[in-house]
Amino acid sequence: MAIIETKNLTYTYPGVTKPSISDISIKVEKGEFVLITGPSGCGKTTLCRCLNGLIPHFYQGEFKGEISVAEMDITKHQTHAMAKHVGLVFQNPENQLFALSVEKDVAFGLENLGAPREEIRERVDWALKQTDIYDLRERSPHEVSGGQQQRVAIAAVLAMQPEIIVLDEPTSFLDPLSAEKIFEVIHELNKKLDITVVLVEHRLDLTAKYADHIIIMDEGKVCFDGNPREILSTEETRLIGVGIPKATLLYQLLRKEGMNLNNVTPLSSEELATLLLEAFKNA
Amino acid sequence: MIEVEDIQFTYPNRVEALKGVSLVIKDGEFVAIMGQNGAGKTTLVKHFNGLLKPSKGIVRVNGVETTKTSVAALSRNAGFVFQNPDHQLFSETVEEEIAFALKNFGFEKEVIEKRISWALNLLGLEQYKKTSPFLLSGGERKRVALASVLAWNPDTLILDEPTIGQDYQQKEKLRQFIAQMQAQGKTVVIVTHDVEFVAECNPRVLLMKEGRIVADGEGREILTTPEVLAQSSIVLPQIAQVFMKLTPLGLPKNVIDVYEAKEIVLKMLEKRRK
Repeated sequence: MAIIETKNLTYTYPGVTKPSISDISIKVEKGEFVLITGPSGCGKTTLCRCLNGLIPHFYQGEFKGEISVAEMDITKHQTHAMAKHVGLVFQNPENQLFALSVEKDVAFGLENLGAPREEIRERVDWALKQTDIYDLRERSPHEVSGGQQQRVAIAAVLAMQPEIIVLDEPTSFLDPLSAEKIFEVIHELNKKLDITVVLVEHRLDLTAKYADHIIIMDEGKVCFDGNPREILSTEETRLIGVGIPKATLLYQLLRKEGMNLNNVTPLSSEELATLLLEAFKNA
Repeated sequence: MIEVEDIQFTYPNRVEALKGVSLVIKDGEFVAIMGQNGAGKTTLVKHFNGLLKPSKGIVRVNGVETTKTSVAALSRNAGFVFQNPDHQLFSETVEEEIAFALKNFGFEKEVIEKRISWALNLLGLEQYKKTSPFLLSGGERKRVALASVLAWNPDTLILDEPTIGQDYQQKEKLRQFIAQMQAQGKTVVIVTHDVEFVAECNPRVLLMKEGRIVADGEGREILTTPEVLAQSSIVLPQIAQVFMKLTPLGLPKNVIDVYEAKEIVLKMLEKRRK
Protein backbone atom coordinates (compact mmCIF):
# COMPACT_ATOMS: atom_id res chain seq x y z
CA MET A 1 0.00 0.00 0.00
CA ALA A 2 1.16 3.52 -0.78
CA ILE A 3 2.56 5.45 2.20
CA ILE A 4 1.13 8.70 0.81
CA GLU A 5 -1.96 8.78 -1.32
CA THR A 6 -4.13 11.71 -2.35
CA LYS A 7 -7.32 11.70 -4.38
CA ASN A 8 -8.56 14.89 -6.04
CA LEU A 9 -6.96 16.96 -3.30
CA THR A 10 -8.01 20.61 -3.64
CA TYR A 11 -7.30 23.42 -1.22
CA THR A 12 -8.05 27.14 -1.18
CA TYR A 13 -6.51 29.50 1.41
CA PRO A 14 -8.94 31.76 3.26
CA GLY A 15 -9.54 35.10 1.58
CA VAL A 16 -8.59 33.98 -1.94
CA THR A 17 -10.79 32.58 -4.67
CA LYS A 18 -8.33 30.49 -6.65
CA PRO A 19 -7.33 27.11 -5.19
CA SER A 20 -3.59 26.82 -4.51
CA ILE A 21 -3.71 23.15 -5.39
CA SER A 22 -6.46 21.46 -7.35
CA ASP A 23 -7.28 17.88 -8.14
CA ILE A 24 -4.01 16.43 -6.93
CA SER A 25 -3.99 12.65 -7.13
CA ILE A 26 -0.61 11.14 -6.33
CA LYS A 27 0.80 7.96 -4.84
CA VAL A 28 4.13 7.60 -3.06
CA GLU A 29 5.42 4.14 -2.13
CA LYS A 30 7.29 3.45 1.08
CA GLY A 31 11.03 4.08 0.78
CA GLU A 32 10.82 6.26 -2.30
CA PHE A 33 12.86 9.44 -2.73
CA VAL A 34 10.39 11.82 -4.35
CA LEU A 35 11.36 15.14 -5.86
CA ILE A 36 8.61 17.75 -6.24
CA THR A 37 9.39 20.70 -8.49
CA GLY A 38 7.67 23.33 -10.62
CA PRO A 39 7.53 27.12 -11.10
CA SER A 40 7.45 29.35 -8.04
CA GLY A 41 3.88 29.71 -6.74
CA CYS A 42 2.73 26.41 -8.28
CA GLY A 43 1.50 24.92 -4.99
CA LYS A 44 4.49 22.84 -3.84
CA THR A 45 4.58 24.31 -0.34
CA THR A 46 0.80 23.98 0.00
CA LEU A 47 1.01 20.29 -0.87
CA CYS A 48 3.73 19.82 1.78
CA ARG A 49 1.49 21.45 4.37
CA CYS A 50 -1.17 18.84 3.61
CA LEU A 51 1.26 15.97 4.18
CA ASN A 52 1.56 16.55 7.93
CA GLY A 53 -1.94 17.91 8.47
CA LEU A 54 -1.03 21.60 8.88
CA ILE A 55 -3.68 21.91 6.21
CA PRO A 56 -6.56 21.59 7.20
CA HIS A 57 -5.90 21.67 10.97
CA PHE A 58 -3.84 24.85 11.29
CA TYR A 59 -4.70 26.63 8.06
CA GLN A 60 -8.42 27.27 7.65
CA GLY A 61 -9.81 27.52 4.14
CA GLU A 62 -11.59 25.18 1.82
CA PHE A 63 -10.36 21.58 1.78
CA LYS A 64 -11.68 18.96 -0.64
CA GLY A 65 -10.65 15.48 -1.65
CA GLU A 66 -8.90 12.67 0.21
CA ILE A 67 -5.44 12.23 1.65
CA SER A 68 -3.94 9.38 3.58
CA VAL A 69 -0.43 9.44 5.03
CA ALA A 70 1.10 6.45 6.82
CA GLU A 71 -2.28 4.74 6.57
CA MET A 72 -4.03 7.57 8.40
CA ASP A 73 -6.67 9.94 7.14
CA ILE A 74 -5.04 13.35 7.72
CA THR A 75 -8.35 15.08 8.27
CA LYS A 76 -9.15 12.80 11.21
CA HIS A 77 -5.81 13.03 13.03
CA GLN A 78 -4.37 16.15 14.64
CA THR A 79 -0.95 17.43 13.55
CA HIS A 80 0.72 16.26 16.78
CA ALA A 81 -0.48 12.70 16.16
CA MET A 82 1.10 12.88 12.69
CA ALA A 83 4.42 14.19 14.05
CA LYS A 84 5.58 10.66 14.89
CA HIS A 85 5.08 9.62 11.29
CA VAL A 86 5.89 12.71 9.26
CA GLY A 87 8.63 15.31 9.82
CA LEU A 88 8.37 18.57 7.91
CA VAL A 89 11.29 20.94 7.33
CA PHE A 90 9.91 24.36 6.45
CA GLN A 91 11.15 26.66 3.72
CA ASN A 92 11.92 29.42 6.21
CA PRO A 93 13.68 27.97 9.27
CA GLU A 94 12.72 30.97 11.40
CA ASN A 95 9.13 29.77 11.31
CA GLN A 96 10.05 26.55 13.01
CA LEU A 97 12.71 27.31 15.64
CA PHE A 98 11.72 28.56 19.07
CA ALA A 99 13.79 26.96 21.87
CA LEU A 100 16.50 28.67 23.90
CA SER A 101 19.26 26.47 22.53
CA VAL A 102 19.92 24.53 19.35
CA GLU A 103 20.08 21.31 21.35
CA LYS A 104 16.71 21.92 23.02
CA ASP A 105 15.13 22.65 19.68
CA VAL A 106 16.40 19.37 18.28
CA ALA A 107 15.29 17.46 21.40
CA PHE A 108 11.80 19.00 21.55
CA GLY A 109 9.96 16.47 19.40
CA LEU A 110 11.47 13.45 21.17
CA GLU A 111 10.72 14.91 24.61
CA ASN A 112 7.13 15.39 23.58
CA LEU A 113 6.87 11.78 22.51
CA GLY A 114 8.15 10.82 25.96
CA ALA A 115 11.26 9.02 24.73
CA PRO A 116 13.67 7.80 27.47
CA ARG A 117 16.33 10.34 28.48
CA GLU A 118 19.27 8.23 27.30
CA GLU A 119 17.71 7.67 23.91
CA ILE A 120 16.96 11.37 23.50
CA ARG A 121 20.60 12.22 24.33
CA GLU A 122 21.88 9.68 21.81
CA ARG A 123 19.56 10.64 18.97
CA VAL A 124 20.01 14.37 19.46
CA ASP A 125 23.80 14.06 19.40
CA TRP A 126 23.59 11.88 16.32
CA ALA A 127 21.35 14.39 14.49
CA LEU A 128 23.58 17.33 15.50
CA LYS A 129 26.63 15.50 14.15
CA GLN A 130 24.93 14.46 10.90
CA THR A 131 24.12 18.09 10.17
CA ASP A 132 27.49 19.39 11.37
CA ILE A 133 26.16 21.65 14.13
CA TYR A 134 27.31 19.75 17.22
CA ASP A 135 29.53 22.68 18.19
CA LEU A 136 26.58 25.06 18.06
CA ARG A 137 24.40 23.00 20.40
CA GLU A 138 24.42 25.52 23.24
CA ARG A 139 23.85 28.60 21.07
CA SER A 140 20.44 30.20 20.60
CA PRO A 141 18.89 29.14 17.27
CA HIS A 142 18.06 32.80 16.68
CA GLU A 143 21.64 34.04 16.79
CA VAL A 144 23.07 31.59 14.27
CA SER A 145 23.13 32.27 10.50
CA GLY A 146 20.29 31.43 8.08
CA GLY A 147 22.22 28.44 6.78
CA GLN A 148 22.88 27.16 10.29
CA GLN A 149 19.20 27.60 11.19
CA GLN A 150 18.34 25.36 8.26
CA ARG A 151 20.68 22.71 9.65
CA VAL A 152 18.95 22.97 13.04
CA ALA A 153 15.52 22.52 11.45
CA ILE A 154 16.80 19.47 9.53
CA ALA A 155 18.46 18.01 12.65
CA ALA A 156 15.20 18.38 14.60
CA VAL A 157 13.40 16.26 12.03
CA LEU A 158 16.22 13.72 11.62
CA ALA A 159 16.31 13.14 15.40
CA MET A 160 12.68 11.98 15.28
CA GLN A 161 13.49 9.44 12.54
CA PRO A 162 9.91 9.53 11.27
CA GLU A 163 8.71 7.20 8.51
CA ILE A 164 8.39 10.14 6.14
CA ILE A 165 10.53 13.26 5.88
CA VAL A 166 9.12 16.19 3.91
CA LEU A 167 11.64 18.94 3.08
CA ASP A 168 10.61 22.23 1.49
CA GLU A 169 13.70 23.78 -0.14
CA PRO A 170 15.65 22.83 2.97
CA THR A 171 19.09 24.06 1.95
CA SER A 172 18.36 27.31 0.12
CA PHE A 173 20.54 29.37 2.49
CA LEU A 174 23.43 26.89 2.55
CA ASP A 175 26.59 27.04 0.46
CA PRO A 176 26.72 24.40 -2.29
CA LEU A 177 29.14 22.04 -0.56
CA SER A 178 27.13 22.09 2.68
CA ALA A 179 23.90 21.59 0.73
CA GLU A 180 25.41 18.60 -1.04
CA LYS A 181 26.51 17.07 2.28
CA ILE A 182 22.98 17.48 3.71
CA PHE A 183 21.43 15.84 0.64
CA GLU A 184 23.93 12.97 0.97
CA VAL A 185 22.87 12.44 4.60
CA ILE A 186 19.19 12.44 3.65
CA HIS A 187 19.82 10.07 0.76
CA GLU A 188 21.71 7.71 3.04
CA LEU A 189 18.85 7.67 5.58
CA ASN A 190 16.48 7.01 2.74
CA LYS A 191 18.49 4.00 1.57
CA LYS A 192 19.62 2.59 4.94
CA LEU A 193 16.53 3.13 7.09
CA ASP A 194 13.97 3.01 4.28
CA ILE A 195 12.67 6.45 5.28
CA THR A 196 10.42 7.93 2.60
CA VAL A 197 11.69 11.33 1.46
CA VAL A 198 9.61 14.04 -0.20
CA LEU A 199 11.87 16.88 -1.29
CA VAL A 200 10.73 20.18 -2.82
CA GLU A 201 13.53 21.74 -4.89
CA HIS A 202 14.15 24.01 -7.86
CA ARG A 203 17.81 23.08 -8.15
CA LEU A 204 17.65 19.79 -9.99
CA ASP A 205 21.39 20.07 -10.75
CA LEU A 206 21.93 19.23 -7.10
CA THR A 207 19.12 16.80 -6.45
CA ALA A 208 17.81 14.95 -9.53
CA LYS A 209 20.40 12.20 -9.11
CA TYR A 210 18.89 11.09 -5.80
CA ALA A 211 15.30 10.84 -6.95
CA ASP A 212 13.50 7.67 -7.95
CA HIS A 213 10.22 9.50 -8.49
CA ILE A 214 9.59 13.04 -9.71
CA ILE A 215 6.40 15.10 -9.57
CA ILE A 216 6.24 18.34 -11.55
CA MET A 217 3.52 20.83 -10.69
CA ASP A 218 2.25 23.90 -12.50
CA GLU A 219 -0.55 26.25 -11.45
CA GLY A 220 -1.73 24.02 -8.63
CA LYS A 221 -1.91 20.86 -10.72
CA VAL A 222 0.35 17.88 -11.26
CA CYS A 223 1.55 17.87 -14.86
CA PHE A 224 4.21 15.14 -14.75
CA ASP A 225 4.49 12.23 -12.35
CA GLY A 226 6.87 9.32 -12.80
CA ASN A 227 10.45 8.23 -13.45
CA PRO A 228 12.94 11.16 -13.41
CA ARG A 229 15.00 9.88 -16.34
CA GLU A 230 11.96 9.60 -18.55
CA ILE A 231 10.33 12.85 -17.48
CA LEU A 232 13.43 15.03 -17.56
CA SER A 233 14.23 13.83 -21.06
CA THR A 234 11.06 15.40 -22.50
CA GLU A 235 11.11 18.90 -24.00
CA GLU A 236 7.92 19.97 -22.21
CA THR A 237 9.44 20.00 -18.73
CA ARG A 238 11.72 22.85 -19.78
CA LEU A 239 8.83 24.80 -21.23
CA ILE A 240 6.96 25.07 -17.94
CA GLY A 241 10.00 26.55 -16.23
CA VAL A 242 11.73 23.52 -14.79
CA GLY A 243 15.49 23.93 -14.89
CA ILE A 244 16.64 20.44 -15.78
CA PRO A 245 20.21 19.55 -14.76
CA LYS A 246 22.81 21.10 -17.09
CA ALA A 247 24.29 17.65 -17.73
CA THR A 248 20.87 16.41 -18.86
CA LEU A 249 20.42 19.47 -21.07
CA LEU A 250 23.82 19.01 -22.71
CA TYR A 251 22.95 15.35 -23.35
CA GLN A 252 19.69 16.41 -25.04
CA LEU A 253 21.44 19.04 -27.17
CA LEU A 254 24.08 16.55 -28.32
CA ARG A 255 21.50 13.89 -29.18
CA LYS A 256 19.56 16.46 -31.17
CA GLU A 257 22.71 17.12 -33.22
CA GLY A 258 22.76 13.43 -34.02
CA MET A 259 25.49 12.34 -31.62
CA ASN A 260 25.25 8.65 -30.90
CA LEU A 261 24.82 8.43 -27.11
CA ASN A 262 23.34 5.72 -24.95
CA ASN A 263 19.59 6.29 -24.57
CA VAL A 264 19.52 6.27 -20.76
CA THR A 265 19.20 9.95 -19.84
CA PRO A 266 22.00 11.06 -17.46
CA LEU A 267 21.02 13.06 -14.35
CA SER A 268 24.49 13.96 -13.06
CA SER A 269 27.86 15.11 -14.38
CA GLU A 270 29.40 11.71 -13.57
CA GLU A 271 26.83 9.90 -15.68
CA LEU A 272 27.22 12.25 -18.63
CA ALA A 273 31.03 12.16 -18.47
CA THR A 274 30.91 8.35 -18.58
CA LEU A 275 28.62 8.42 -21.62
CA LEU A 276 30.84 10.91 -23.44
CA LEU A 277 34.05 9.00 -22.71
CA GLU A 278 32.38 5.87 -24.08
CA ALA A 279 31.14 7.68 -27.19
CA PHE A 280 34.61 9.07 -27.93
CA LYS A 281 36.17 5.65 -27.49
CA ASN A 282 33.77 4.21 -30.06
CA ALA A 283 34.22 7.08 -32.52
CA MET B 1 32.01 53.58 -7.99
CA ILE B 2 32.50 51.70 -4.74
CA GLU B 3 35.96 51.85 -3.17
CA VAL B 4 36.80 49.71 -0.18
CA GLU B 5 40.17 50.28 1.50
CA ASP B 6 41.43 47.65 3.90
CA ILE B 7 38.27 47.46 6.00
CA GLN B 8 37.71 45.42 9.11
CA PHE B 9 34.41 44.88 10.79
CA THR B 10 33.68 43.37 14.19
CA TYR B 11 30.12 42.79 15.40
CA PRO B 12 29.14 43.78 18.97
CA ASN B 13 29.36 40.08 19.95
CA ARG B 14 33.07 40.27 18.96
CA VAL B 15 32.73 38.17 15.84
CA GLU B 16 35.33 39.48 13.40
CA ALA B 17 33.36 39.29 10.15
CA LEU B 18 35.80 41.20 7.93
CA LYS B 19 39.54 41.00 8.46
CA GLY B 20 41.00 43.38 5.91
CA VAL B 21 39.12 43.66 2.62
CA SER B 22 40.07 45.96 -0.25
CA LEU B 23 38.35 46.21 -3.61
CA VAL B 24 37.06 48.59 -6.25
CA ILE B 25 33.79 48.10 -8.10
CA LYS B 26 33.49 50.36 -11.14
CA ASP B 27 30.23 51.77 -12.49
CA GLY B 28 28.54 49.27 -14.78
CA GLU B 29 30.25 46.23 -13.34
CA PHE B 30 28.41 43.01 -12.52
CA VAL B 31 29.99 41.31 -9.53
CA ALA B 32 29.05 38.06 -7.80
CA ILE B 33 30.33 37.56 -4.26
CA MET B 34 30.56 33.89 -3.35
CA GLY B 35 31.90 31.88 -0.45
CA GLN B 36 30.84 29.60 2.36
CA ASN B 37 28.29 30.46 5.05
CA GLY B 38 29.78 32.90 7.53
CA ALA B 39 32.56 34.08 5.17
CA GLY B 40 31.47 37.73 5.53
CA LYS B 41 29.67 38.23 2.20
CA THR B 42 26.51 39.88 3.55
CA THR B 43 28.55 41.93 6.04
CA LEU B 44 30.65 43.24 3.16
CA VAL B 45 27.76 44.29 0.93
CA LYS B 46 25.98 45.98 3.84
CA HIS B 47 28.92 48.41 3.77
CA PHE B 48 28.06 49.42 0.18
CA ASN B 49 24.92 51.31 1.19
CA GLY B 50 26.12 52.38 4.63
CA LEU B 51 23.95 49.92 6.60
CA LEU B 52 27.19 48.99 8.32
CA LYS B 53 30.18 51.28 8.85
CA PRO B 54 33.67 49.74 8.98
CA SER B 55 35.37 49.34 12.36
CA LYS B 56 38.63 50.17 10.56
CA GLY B 57 39.37 51.31 7.02
CA ILE B 58 37.36 53.37 4.54
CA VAL B 59 34.39 52.75 2.23
CA ARG B 60 33.65 55.39 -0.43
CA VAL B 61 30.53 55.35 -2.60
CA ASN B 62 30.81 57.72 -5.56
CA GLY B 63 33.66 59.46 -3.78
CA VAL B 64 31.82 60.02 -0.50
CA GLU B 65 32.90 58.24 2.66
CA THR B 66 29.99 56.25 4.10
CA THR B 67 30.82 57.42 7.64
CA LYS B 68 30.24 61.02 6.53
CA THR B 69 26.73 60.62 5.15
CA SER B 70 23.43 58.93 6.05
CA VAL B 71 21.98 55.55 5.06
CA ALA B 72 18.98 57.43 3.67
CA ALA B 73 21.17 59.47 1.32
CA LEU B 74 23.14 56.39 0.25
CA SER B 75 19.98 54.33 -0.29
CA ARG B 76 18.77 56.63 -3.02
CA ASN B 77 21.68 55.41 -5.13
CA ALA B 78 22.06 51.89 -3.84
CA GLY B 79 19.07 49.57 -3.57
CA PHE B 80 19.44 46.58 -1.28
CA VAL B 81 17.38 43.38 -1.43
CA PHE B 82 17.79 41.15 1.62
CA GLN B 83 18.31 37.40 1.61
CA ASN B 84 15.09 36.71 3.51
CA PRO B 85 12.18 38.71 2.04
CA ASP B 86 10.32 38.51 5.36
CA HIS B 87 12.93 40.87 6.82
CA GLN B 88 11.89 43.51 4.35
CA LEU B 89 8.15 43.23 3.59
CA PHE B 90 5.57 44.90 5.80
CA SER B 91 2.79 46.47 3.69
CA GLU B 92 -0.82 45.33 3.33
CA THR B 93 -0.65 44.85 -0.43
CA VAL B 94 2.04 44.21 -3.00
CA GLU B 95 1.25 47.54 -4.63
CA GLU B 96 1.70 49.48 -1.37
CA GLU B 97 4.93 47.63 -0.72
CA ILE B 98 6.35 48.84 -4.01
CA ALA B 99 4.95 52.37 -3.55
CA PHE B 100 6.52 52.82 -0.12
CA ALA B 101 10.05 53.80 -1.08
CA LEU B 102 8.84 55.77 -4.11
CA LYS B 103 6.63 57.90 -1.86
CA ASN B 104 9.48 58.37 0.60
CA PHE B 105 11.74 59.59 -2.15
CA GLY B 106 9.05 62.11 -3.10
CA PHE B 107 8.18 60.92 -6.60
CA GLU B 108 5.06 62.37 -8.32
CA LYS B 109 1.87 60.32 -8.11
CA GLU B 110 1.80 59.53 -11.84
CA VAL B 111 5.44 58.50 -11.81
CA ILE B 112 4.77 56.23 -8.84
CA GLU B 113 1.92 54.52 -10.67
CA LYS B 114 3.99 54.03 -13.77
CA ARG B 115 6.95 52.64 -11.85
CA ILE B 116 4.68 50.25 -9.93
CA SER B 117 3.12 48.77 -13.05
CA TRP B 118 6.54 48.57 -14.70
CA ALA B 119 7.99 46.64 -11.74
CA LEU B 120 4.94 44.36 -11.40
CA ASN B 121 5.13 43.51 -15.06
CA LEU B 122 8.89 42.92 -15.02
CA LEU B 123 8.62 40.40 -12.20
CA GLY B 124 5.37 38.75 -13.29
CA LEU B 125 3.42 39.96 -10.27
CA GLU B 126 0.52 41.87 -11.94
CA GLN B 127 -2.16 39.49 -10.67
CA TYR B 128 -1.02 40.05 -7.07
CA LYS B 129 -1.23 43.87 -7.12
CA LYS B 130 -3.92 43.95 -4.42
CA THR B 131 -2.80 40.80 -2.57
CA SER B 132 -1.03 40.78 0.79
CA PRO B 133 2.64 39.82 0.28
CA PHE B 134 2.22 37.36 3.14
CA LEU B 135 -0.26 35.26 1.19
CA LEU B 136 2.31 34.69 -1.55
CA SER B 137 4.76 31.82 -1.89
CA GLY B 138 8.38 32.15 -0.74
CA GLY B 139 9.62 32.67 -4.30
CA GLU B 140 6.95 35.25 -5.02
CA ARG B 141 7.69 37.21 -1.83
CA LYS B 142 11.31 37.32 -2.89
CA ARG B 143 10.18 38.88 -6.18
CA VAL B 144 8.05 41.48 -4.38
CA ALA B 145 11.10 42.54 -2.36
CA LEU B 146 13.06 42.81 -5.60
CA ALA B 147 10.27 44.79 -7.33
CA SER B 148 10.09 47.28 -4.45
CA VAL B 149 13.76 48.13 -4.91
CA LEU B 150 13.92 48.02 -8.72
CA ALA B 151 10.97 50.43 -8.87
CA TRP B 152 12.99 53.42 -7.72
CA ASN B 153 15.69 52.68 -10.27
CA PRO B 154 18.84 52.94 -8.15
CA ASP B 155 22.26 53.26 -9.79
CA THR B 156 23.61 50.35 -7.82
CA LEU B 157 21.67 47.23 -7.07
CA ILE B 158 22.77 44.93 -4.26
CA LEU B 159 20.99 41.57 -4.21
CA ASP B 160 21.57 39.10 -1.39
CA GLU B 161 20.78 35.61 -2.73
CA PRO B 162 18.36 36.77 -5.46
CA THR B 163 17.79 33.30 -6.93
CA ILE B 164 16.56 31.52 -3.78
CA GLY B 165 13.18 29.91 -4.44
CA GLN B 166 13.17 31.05 -8.06
CA ASP B 167 12.43 28.68 -10.91
CA TYR B 168 14.33 28.49 -14.16
CA GLN B 169 12.20 31.06 -15.99
CA GLN B 170 12.41 33.60 -13.18
CA LYS B 171 16.17 33.18 -13.06
CA GLU B 172 16.37 33.70 -16.81
CA LYS B 173 14.34 36.93 -16.45
CA LEU B 174 16.63 38.08 -13.67
CA ARG B 175 19.66 37.37 -15.84
CA GLN B 176 18.23 39.40 -18.71
CA PHE B 177 17.31 42.21 -16.36
CA ILE B 178 20.83 42.37 -14.94
CA ALA B 179 22.24 42.49 -18.48
CA GLN B 180 19.90 45.38 -19.21
CA MET B 181 21.02 47.24 -16.06
CA GLN B 182 24.63 46.77 -17.12
CA ALA B 183 23.88 48.13 -20.57
CA GLN B 184 22.56 51.26 -18.85
CA GLY B 185 25.85 51.60 -16.98
CA LYS B 186 24.42 50.48 -13.65
CA THR B 187 26.27 48.45 -11.11
CA VAL B 188 24.94 45.10 -9.93
CA VAL B 189 26.39 43.23 -6.96
CA ILE B 190 24.94 39.87 -6.01
CA VAL B 191 25.75 37.60 -3.10
CA THR B 192 25.02 34.06 -4.15
CA HIS B 193 25.62 30.35 -3.69
CA ASP B 194 24.00 29.58 -7.01
CA VAL B 195 26.92 28.38 -9.11
CA GLU B 196 24.70 27.50 -12.07
CA PHE B 197 23.29 31.03 -12.18
CA VAL B 198 26.79 32.51 -12.02
CA ALA B 199 27.90 30.09 -14.75
CA GLU B 200 25.13 31.41 -17.02
CA CYS B 201 25.92 35.08 -16.38
CA ASN B 202 29.73 34.89 -16.21
CA PRO B 203 30.23 38.02 -14.05
CA ARG B 204 33.35 39.08 -12.15
CA VAL B 205 33.54 36.73 -9.16
CA LEU B 206 34.89 37.61 -5.73
CA LEU B 207 35.46 34.57 -3.59
CA MET B 208 35.47 35.08 0.17
CA LYS B 209 36.73 32.97 3.03
CA GLU B 210 36.78 33.80 6.73
CA GLY B 211 36.48 37.55 6.33
CA ARG B 212 38.91 37.90 3.43
CA ILE B 213 38.81 37.88 -0.36
CA VAL B 214 40.72 34.84 -1.60
CA ALA B 215 40.10 35.13 -5.35
CA ASP B 216 38.97 37.85 -7.73
CA GLY B 217 38.49 37.33 -11.46
CA GLU B 218 36.30 36.27 -14.35
CA GLY B 219 33.60 33.74 -13.38
CA ARG B 220 34.71 31.35 -16.07
CA GLU B 221 38.24 31.14 -14.65
CA ILE B 222 37.33 31.01 -10.97
CA LEU B 223 34.49 28.53 -11.36
CA THR B 224 36.76 26.11 -13.19
CA THR B 225 39.58 26.10 -10.64
CA PRO B 226 38.64 23.35 -8.16
CA GLU B 227 41.49 24.07 -5.71
CA VAL B 228 40.28 27.67 -5.25
CA LEU B 229 36.60 26.72 -5.01
CA ALA B 230 37.09 23.93 -2.49
CA GLN B 231 38.44 26.27 0.17
CA SER B 232 35.26 28.35 -0.14
CA SER B 233 32.80 25.44 -0.05
CA ILE B 234 31.71 26.06 -3.63
CA VAL B 235 31.22 23.17 -6.02
CA LEU B 236 32.01 23.35 -9.73
CA PRO B 237 29.12 24.11 -12.09
CA GLN B 238 27.82 20.90 -13.62
CA ILE B 239 29.26 21.54 -17.10
CA ALA B 240 32.69 22.26 -15.59
CA GLN B 241 32.44 18.98 -13.66
CA VAL B 242 31.81 17.11 -16.90
CA PHE B 243 34.73 18.77 -18.69
CA MET B 244 37.06 18.17 -15.76
CA LYS B 245 36.48 14.45 -16.34
CA LEU B 246 37.04 14.77 -20.09
CA THR B 247 40.54 16.26 -19.88
CA PRO B 248 42.11 12.88 -20.84
CA LEU B 249 40.53 13.45 -24.28
CA GLY B 250 42.33 16.77 -24.62
CA LEU B 251 39.27 18.94 -24.04
CA PRO B 252 39.68 22.33 -22.32
CA LYS B 253 38.88 22.65 -18.61
CA ASN B 254 37.43 26.14 -18.43
CA VAL B 255 33.98 25.54 -19.91
CA ILE B 256 30.86 26.54 -17.95
CA ASP B 257 28.30 27.33 -20.65
CA VAL B 258 26.13 24.49 -21.92
CA TYR B 259 25.88 25.76 -25.53
CA GLU B 260 29.61 26.35 -25.78
CA ALA B 261 30.08 22.87 -24.34
CA LYS B 262 27.92 21.40 -27.10
CA GLU B 263 30.03 23.06 -29.85
CA ILE B 264 33.30 21.88 -28.29
CA VAL B 265 32.13 18.27 -27.97
CA LEU B 266 30.81 18.17 -31.54
CA LYS B 267 34.03 19.66 -32.96
CA MET B 268 36.14 17.19 -31.03
CA LEU B 269 34.03 14.31 -32.30
CA GLU B 270 34.43 15.46 -35.88
CA LYS B 271 38.21 15.71 -35.44
CA ARG B 272 38.33 12.16 -34.09
CA ARG B 273 36.37 10.80 -37.00
CA LYS B 274 38.75 12.30 -39.56
